[in-house]
Amino acid sequence: MTEQNTSADTLIRLSAAQLSEKLRAGEVTAVEVTQAYLDRIAAVDGQVNAFLHVNAGEALAVAAEVDAIRAAGGAEAEALHQLAGVPIAVKDLIVTIGQPTTAGSKILEGWHSPYDATVVERLRAAKMPILGKTNLDEFAMGSSTEHSAYGPTRNPWDLDRIPGGSGGGSAAAVAAFEAPLALGTDTGGSIRQPGAVTGTVGVKPTYGSVSRYGAIAMASSLDQIGPVTRTVLDSALLHQVIGGHDPRDSTSLPEPLEDLVAAAKTGNVEGLRIGIIKELHGEGYQAGVENRFNDALELLKEAGAEIVEVSCPNFQYALGAYYLIMPSEASSNLAKFDGVRYGLRVLPEDGPMTIERVMGATRAAGFGDEVKRRIILGTYALSAGYYDAYYGSAQKVRTLVQRDFEAAFAQADVLISPTAPTTAFPLGEKLDDPLAMYLNDVATIPANLAGVPGLSLPGGLADEDGLPVGIQLLAPAREDARLYRVGAVLESLLEAKWGGPLLAQAPDLAAAAAETLETQEAK
Amino acid sequence: MNTDAVLSFDEAMEKYDPVLGFEVHVELNTKTKMFSSAPNVFGDEPNTNVNEVDLGMPGVLPVVNRTAIESSIKIGLALNCKIAESCRFARKQYFYPDTPKNFQTSQYDEPIAYDGYLDVELEDGTVFRVEIERAHMEEDAGKLTHMGGATGRIQGADFSLVDYNRAGVPLVEIVTKPIEGAGSRAPELAKAYVAAVREIVKNLGVSDAKMERGNVRCDANVSLRPHGRERFGIRSETKNVNSLRAVEHAVRYEIQRHAAVLDSGEPVIQETRHWHEDTRTTTSGRAKSDADDYRYFPEPDLVPVVASREWVEQIRATLPEPPAERRKRLKADWGYSDLEFRDVVNAGVLDEIEETIAAGATASVARKWWMGEIVGRAKAADVDPGQLGVEAATVVELSRMVEAGKINNKMASQVLDGVLAGEGTPEEIVEKRGLAVVSDDGPLLEAIDAALAAQPDVAEKIRGGKMQAIGAIVGGVMKATRGQADAGRVKELILEKLGVSV
Repeated sequence: MTEQNTSADTLIRLSAAQLSEKLRAGEVTAVEVTQAYLDRIAAVDGQVNAFLHVNAGEALAVAAEVDAIRAAGGAEAEALHQLAGVPIAVKDLIVTIGQPTTAGSKILEGWHSPYDATVVERLRAAKMPILGKTNLDEFAMGSSTEHSAYGPTRNPWDLDRIPGGSGGGSAAAVAAFEAPLALGTDTGGSIRQPGAVTGTVGVKPTYGSVSRYGAIAMASSLDQIGPVTRTVLDSALLHQVIGGHDPRDSTSLPEPLEDLVAAAKTGNVEGLRIGIIKELHGEGYQAGVENRFNDALELLKEAGAEIVEVSCPNFQYALGAYYLIMPSEASSNLAKFDGVRYGLRVLPEDGPMTIERVMGATRAAGFGDEVKRRIILGTYALSAGYYDAYYGSAQKVRTLVQRDFEAAFAQADVLISPTAPTTAFPLGEKLDDPLAMYLNDVATIPANLAGVPGLSLPGGLADEDGLPVGIQLLAPAREDARLYRVGAVLESLLEAKWGGPLLAQAPDLAAAAAETLETQEAK
Repeated sequence: MNTDAVLSFDEAMEKYDPVLGFEVHVELNTKTKMFSSAPNVFGDEPNTNVNEVDLGMPGVLPVVNRTAIESSIKIGLALNCKIAESCRFARKQYFYPDTPKNFQTSQYDEPIAYDGYLDVELEDGTVFRVEIERAHMEEDAGKLTHMGGATGRIQGADFSLVDYNRAGVPLVEIVTKPIEGAGSRAPELAKAYVAAVREIVKNLGVSDAKMERGNVRCDANVSLRPHGRERFGIRSETKNVNSLRAVEHAVRYEIQRHAAVLDSGEPVIQETRHWHEDTRTTTSGRAKSDADDYRYFPEPDLVPVVASREWVEQIRATLPEPPAERRKRLKADWGYSDLEFRDVVNAGVLDEIEETIAAGATASVARKWWMGEIVGRAKAADVDPGQLGVEAATVVELSRMVEAGKINNKMASQVLDGVLAGEGTPEEIVEKRGLAVVSDDGPLLEAIDAALAAQPDVAEKIRGGKMQAIGAIVGGVMKATRGQADAGRVKELILEKLGVSV
């Protein structure tokens, strides 16, 4: 290995906060950092398949601009955002000018958005180079990224396993050091569950605290954009860039964000009441997951937190309610993909060329099975005569889940649970069993139904398979800062125990790539 | 093409009792669209007044136009409705290429205004109260143009073009409760109701209210039941009847058609009907019997619209005088008889007369000009009197010229023709056409002498106090001066000459 390679390998393992410091200190240039990540993508993404599109030219141009501004000094350099020059990957559900946006679907193959999502505008304003667009389950529908029309993403911890979903691409990219930061979207756990199974940090902010404008909607009342990172502080930094009111999103909260970065930096749990949700651990949770969860509780207790148990009895209905509300809204949100104005258009093979038949043929060819399954479910749930029994009842459950949270937060300042019931499962294992797949989100869904924020951080490796386990923290709506305060403490306690970040224990993908190459050459 | 049997209207009325219902869509004249910042402008190049929201691009979100809400509240208040303190939008879902998202964002079970009424005045002054069920907000769809077919409809067309400029234009849909008891006046009531709604929204300034541009569109529901039966018959809904005359004709036609169907013993089919202006008939659209399922559900991308009571009262305080009250006031101010005023209203020249009076004419002069001269010309030209192009100032100028004796009434009418023909101002036309009244007494006195000499017996009668006889002498003078004399002055001079004082 040359010295340059070593330094590039060091660079890509730095956190965004560390990169930001080095960039501002002039120890490294944004172009060097961006190029290091592009090289890493080139080296390992053939195995991981985290990226659907790599945006090298634009990313390097933005990096060069940051370097030039910084070199020139003066007011403009002063005004540079803290994360200027720190690269980022964007989930391919979020629209970007200048790059394709596919939502992981054939129906949008080749489509270029004429506008930027609000969060992308904010990344551009902060001059963060966008490395590319990351893979996902089609229209964010799935928990394994296997439902992408462009092939599954693989878990950097074990390439035969799933990286979680729907945001498996963003989580795997960050876990494989292909990006320091990424954006995800979380409708039922699509940021947090991939975070859990890849050993990364993922945050679903309070509903309305990050603009949804430009995130291709799955379920409007549940979707939230959020950060995918390797550290709690990095999530706070990114959350601070993308969050805050947006007049283009009517559900956007009017008040300004709290200082989340300060919260992450001044973590403290002393005297804090941390509530274990009785219904979100134990039966149905893998033993190794349960063990790491208990370790985390122990550490928090040692640090001065008060651990209490709370009960959320209606959470048992949350998954059922979610699988009525989400498909209902999705069936409506996805109606626009009809081949009339943009994207794929498929003409019927024979028979009359009516608009209904063109729409039908387009949707039949353009959507994958999971998307069709949810569209059919949702269409059924909203149909006359069924609405009250399905959509109506589900909304009632939603209210009950919200009440459960209110009661729980009367007893505890934050709630805690495992993020996912299991570690990463092998590719293909649950593909033919949608119900088993849906159960992955059992612990993450309640937060979406209630609109409260949730953070998943690495809790260690499961004893039985050596794969990452995620710990989920939940706070009341608009109290995202609490997640960062507690998350930062737990992270530092765990890292002290492990002697460094969990991802340092992940397999060396570059070496694996080289080995594969050698094996192939030998053959 | 149309083979539907009809009964005569009178026979239909003998046997059946009509029940009506209307859905009137009013396009608001807000600067921007209902849920996007794209301009709300009529008649521009297709697909230019659109942005990513109007086109239903992936990832877009709607934002409610506050002015549209305010306009909707105004309409609700003018229709004596209650205004919801909080109401939501819903998605009405159906696949059709004029709707970019394949759902229309509308209000479903939570309209912004509900439970109102509108007192509609018929031509003879009868007031008929129409109950308003609701007025709700929604967005308009784009406009499809079907190419290559004979009928302009989608059936038989080779392809269709879509213009999304109209997609997202704010609409308020006003829905009546079933209207019973109109009897044989149902067609007239239909026209009067739509006219009243149009008048209200125009008066509020919330819509351009031009039916020919589709600013006000009417769907007319008609059903018949035998006299004395309470239960409603099966209705048809005639879509997009877009002129006042067409509303009247469509309701009349549907009554006649329903009556024929019922007479034949067949059930009426619940369906939408298309109105054909050329044949003044309707044809079957799509049957509604398969109960379209729009799968309404609350629009999750929007928060509820909250109309605080303070805001509603503020809006109420700014409302202009309602048209009916205004009419009452104007009638009293102008001193017209019931009949005169009704004629003015029915001729549609209320605004014009008000403007003419404001420009300086007396009420009777303004009425004489509009009703006596201009309405007839408009009818001949088949346009509304207001669209003929006669300015209030022109009417005032003409009437002043007559009063000053510069021209007489007959000449003034010719000058008006000149104005309408674009020959210039009244003064220029008087000059050009040489229409000035002979005001030099010299030639008049000569003509008077001649007339008196020619009819000495008449002169005697006048001297004897039979004033009505003067007409014969005046007539003779006018004939001699080829109508250019001022008849008033002629009369004065004759009396002077004959030494008769009045």
